[in-house]
Amino acid sequence: MTALVELTDVSKYYGNVRALEGVSLEVHAGEISCVLGDNGAGKSTLIKIIAGLHRHDAGTFTIEGEETTLSSPREALDRGIATVYQDLAVVPLMPVWRNFFLGSEPTTGVGPFKRLDVRTMRETTRSELLRMGIDLRDVDQPIGTLSGGERQCVAIARAVYFGAKVLVLDEPTAALGVKQSGVVLKYVAAARDAGLGVVLITHNPHHAYLVGDRFVLLKRGTMAGSHAKSEIALEELTRQMAGGSELEQLSHELARTATPEFPGGHRPE
Amino acid sequence: MSHTDVPLVQPAKSGGDERLLHRSLARRLMSRPELGSVVGAAAVFIFFSIIAEPFLQASSLSTVLYASSTIGIMAVPVALLMIGGEFDLSAGVMVVSSALISSMFSYQMTANTWVGVGVSLLVTVAIGAFNGVLLTRTKLPSFIITLGTFFMLTGLNLGFTKLISGTVSTKSIADMEGFDSARTLFASHLTLGSVDIQVTILWWIVLVALATWILLRTRVGNWIFAVGGNADAARAVGVPVTRTKIGLYMGVAFAAWVSGQHLLFSYDAIQSGDGVGNEFLYIIAAAVGGCLMTGGFGSAIGAAVGAFIFGMASKGIVYAQWNPDWYKFFLGAMLLLATLLNAWVRKRAEAKA
Repeated sequence: MTALVELTDVSKYYGNVRALEGVSLEVHAGEISCVLGDNGAGKSTLIKIIAGLHRHDAGTFTIEGEETTLSSPREALDRGIATVYQDLAVVPLMPVWRNFFLGSEPTTGVGPFKRLDVRTMRETTRSELLRMGIDLRDVDQPIGTLSGGERQCVAIARAVYFGAKVLVLDEPTAALGVKQSGVVLKYVAAARDAGLGVVLITHNPHHAYLVGDRFVLLKRGTMAGSHAKSEIALEELTRQMAGGSELEQLSHELARTATPEFPGGHRPE
Repeated sequence: MSHTDVPLVQPAKSGGDERLLHRSLARRLMSRPELGSVVGAAAVFIFFSIIAEPFLQASSLSTVLYASSTIGIMAVPVALLMIGGEFDLSAGVMVVSSALISSMFSYQMTANTWVGVGVSLLVTVAIGAFNGVLLTRTKLPSFIITLGTFFMLTGLNLGFTKLISGTVSTKSIADMEGFDSARTLFASHLTLGSVDIQVTILWWIVLVALATWILLRTRVGNWIFAVGGNADAARAVGVPVTRTKIGLYMGVAFAAWVSGQHLLFSYDAIQSGDGVGNEFLYIIAAAVGGCLMTGGFGSAIGAAVGAFIFGMASKGIVYAQWNPDWYKFFLGAMLLLATLLNAWVRKRAEAKA
């Protein structure tokens, strides 16, 4: 079975800065591929390549077996790749229904009378959100009045509705509380069950392990590991994610050492 | 596959619509951007009705509407631009530039005035596009870009006029071919009963209607709100941010062309130093009308009401036989009051409904 999206040995340089080198990733329909890494590991660069914001400098990027270079987010969308960003998924002051259809608004009428199909937009927004299990009071409320988790869910529902084949999620749970994170992960799983391939970017191995089918670990721009779920236990994933040997060294450094009998080395008079 | 009717996730709670009742009519009214300006307009109207006796006469109304329309024609596209998150400080002098181009081209080339009008349209819209392209290419703040074009246009207006005419004003084009028909379109007036209606009022109404239609009922309108509200999010979902912004600047330029032609054909010569400072009138009218300084929120009708407030004030002060200098003070005070009111209203309306 051909992967929906496959990156092989992909690299990206910003001038003389190596942002990403030799990273490989597979995304299959109905599966969740998790990308884990600390801050600065290259997670953002990776999704920007998949989302069409940046072009890769080396390696191959195939969509359904066809090698490609995306030139814009619009092209990525047209090829079925929808990206939901952690902080810039929505326009806060706009009503939910306008946000839902932003960039792909349906119209009726012809020529100068071509207009937004407002009724369809409102009804579809309401029914699609309900189908994902989000019960909104009012699709006219500004989306900024929703909670962070709800906003992520609207963005996910939008991607599913517009027939995305691949859903890229940038740290969907990073700014959320425990309960809200659970809600978002439920929608991620729902998107997977709807047959989408999901790329989940996170630095939380617990969240990743709950839903993920395969895991790619990034470290300082390179790939530190790639595992299927059957090959790795949560403890091992957490250990690798937390820095592995670095963590052991850190724990050594933080270990209580014998306190000098007299701090400062001076014997009190 | 993804469009079956079966819910993928069961709704956590059932029953939603009854909660809509909590969103009362008053609260829905308060979340309209125009609210502050409508209250302000009513207050100003009542105030001048009481202190200035001639204010309520039909002839005064047409004078007030005319004054409002000259601000309003520009305030509408400036409001759209502000909703799109940008400013245009060059809008005031651009009006005069447009009139000068039209007048001087016709005069120097001894061409039909309509040729000058057409050339002026092309050049003015090109200036607007220049603003937009420079803004989107350099990613500098629009304040700086248009402050630059503001001074450049001011200089060009004076410099070229002196170079070509030898004085600071253009020669009269009143005796040139096409002048009368162009005047009919841009600077005529018709009588409706006892009320004298200037053609600019019609231009104003058409522009407000067109802008409202674009904002609320077209894809471009959705994009304007989005590029002002969160340009990065808009870009990420495929909105053509650059084209939308350039288009908004071209819209301002188009209105500047209409205003400029009105200016030219109501007299027949143009003072090249005019127009400086008017850009603030337009911005204030839009801000009073509920357009947010940071973009993403506002309406064309609000900007029209804002322009109407200043039309009433500028003429009301005359009818009240005050010194017109007080108008400037009123402008400033009104801007502060309206912006405070709008901020307060919005906060209340957006607090979890």
